[in-house]
Amino acid sequence: MRRAAFLEHVAWTGAGIAYSLGAGGLMAGRAVASASAQTVDFVQISDSHIGFHQAANPDVAGTLAMAVDAINALPSQPAFVVHCGDVTHLSTPAQFDDARAVLSRLRAPLIALPGEHDVLGNDFKPYLAAFKIPGSKPGGWSSWDAKGVHYVALVNVFDFEKMGMLGNDQLDWLAKDLVGVAPSVPVVVFTHAPLYALYPDWGWTTADGAAALALLRRFDRVTMLSGHIHQVLTHQDGNIVFASADSTAYPQPKPGTAAKPGPVTLPHDDLLHAIGYRTVRLGATPAFEDRALG
Amino acid sequence: MNRFFILVMAALLASGASAAAATTPQVVIRNDAFSPQTLTVTTGTSVAFVNRDDDAHTATAVDGSFDSKGIDTGGVWRHTFTKPGIYAYFCTLHPFMKATIVVKAAAQ
Repeated sequence: MRRAAFLEHVAWTGAGIAYSLGAGGLMAGRAVASASAQTVDFVQISDSHIGFHQAANPDVAGTLAMAVDAINALPSQPAFVVHCGDVTHLSTPAQFDDARAVLSRLRAPLIALPGEHDVLGNDFKPYLAAFKIPGSKPGGWSSWDAKGVHYVALVNVFDFEKMGMLGNDQLDWLAKDLVGVAPSVPVVVFTHAPLYALYPDWGWTTADGAAALALLRRFDRVTMLSGHIHQVLTHQDGNIVFASADSTAYPQPKPGTAAKPGPVTLPHDDLLHAIGYRTVRLGATPAFEDRALG
Repeated sequence: MNRFFILVMAALLASGASAAAATTPQVVIRNDAFSPQTLTVTTGTSVAFVNRDDDAHTATAVDGSFDSKGIDTGGVWRHTFTKPGIYAYFCTLHPFMKATIVVKAAAQ
C-alpha cells in the first residue's frame, strides 16, 4: 500500500472525533489493536451486502471471501463467527445462496443475525431458510452459554419506520432470559442496528433500545456488538462496552459528515483498509482487534 | 407515412391511451429522498418508483397496503393505486425517507 494512501486511511478512520452521546461520550475510530493476541474467543463480521454491485465495491463476494480466508488462517480458531446482519443486499434467495457459498467455507461455526436488508418486505423466510440460528425463537432471537459467558442475539430490524424495534415480545423474553444469570457472568449482546441512539437522523438507533439497556445494567460486564453503520465506533456506558463493526463490503460516512448515509467509494487499496473483521477476546476487559482486509 | 402516423396518433388520442402513457407519474429516488414529496393521482393510475440513487431503497406504505421490497440502483417498481386515500410511505432501509401519495377518485 502506498504511504500516501495509508495516511489518507488514517485520516478516514479519524480517531479523536468525539460525538456527544449521553454522559459517556462516543469515540470514533478503530479500537486499539493488540498484536500479541494468541487466543480469540470469537470473531465478528457484518454487513456483507451480497448482491451489491456499485462502484463502492464491485465484488462484495470477493471481499467477504477475503475475510473468510483471513479468519480461517487465524492461528487460533474462534469458538464461532458471528455475522451481525445485512448478509445480503436485497434478501433474494439467490443472494442468500451466494452468501452461504462463501460463508460455508468458514472453519468455525457461523451464527448469522438478520439485518434490515435481509428481511425486505417484512419477509423473514429467505433469511430463516439460509441462516436460522439453531434453537432461536420464532422471532429469530436466541441466547446460549459457553465457557462461562452468556451470549444473546437480538433482532431489531423489523418495524423499521420506527428506526428499528425490539418489540415487547422480545423485551419480555430478554427479561426472562436474564433472570437466572448471575451479575458476575460476562454478558455479550449481538444486534444488527445499534441499541444506542448513535445517529437517529440516519436511522442508526433502536426505538426501544433503552429498555434493553436497562435490563443489562445489573451485570458487571456487558459487551454489546452491532453492525449496520459500516464503521467502528466504540462507546463506554457504565458497565456496558459498545462497539460497532466495519463492513466486509464498503464503508459509510461518519455520523453527520455527509448529506446522507450510504456507500462511500474509495480507491481499491483504501477500500480494503476500510473494511474487515473483528477478533474478540473476553477477559477482565474485552479486547477487540479490528483487522482490515488490506 | 406521415399521414399514417397522424392517423395513429389521432386514434390513440381518441382512446386516451397516449395521453395516459405520456403522463405516467413517477416518483424519483435520489440522494435518499423521494421526489415529489407529495404526488396526487387518480384511482387506477400506475405510479413508477424509479431508483436513481447509489443505494437500494424501498417504497413501503405505512399502512402496509403496498411494499416494493428492494428497488436496486437503476431499478423501477410500479404500483397501481385502486382505492382513494392518503398513503404515507417510507423506505424500510432508510426510515428517514418519507413521502405521500394522494389518490383521488377518478371522474366517472
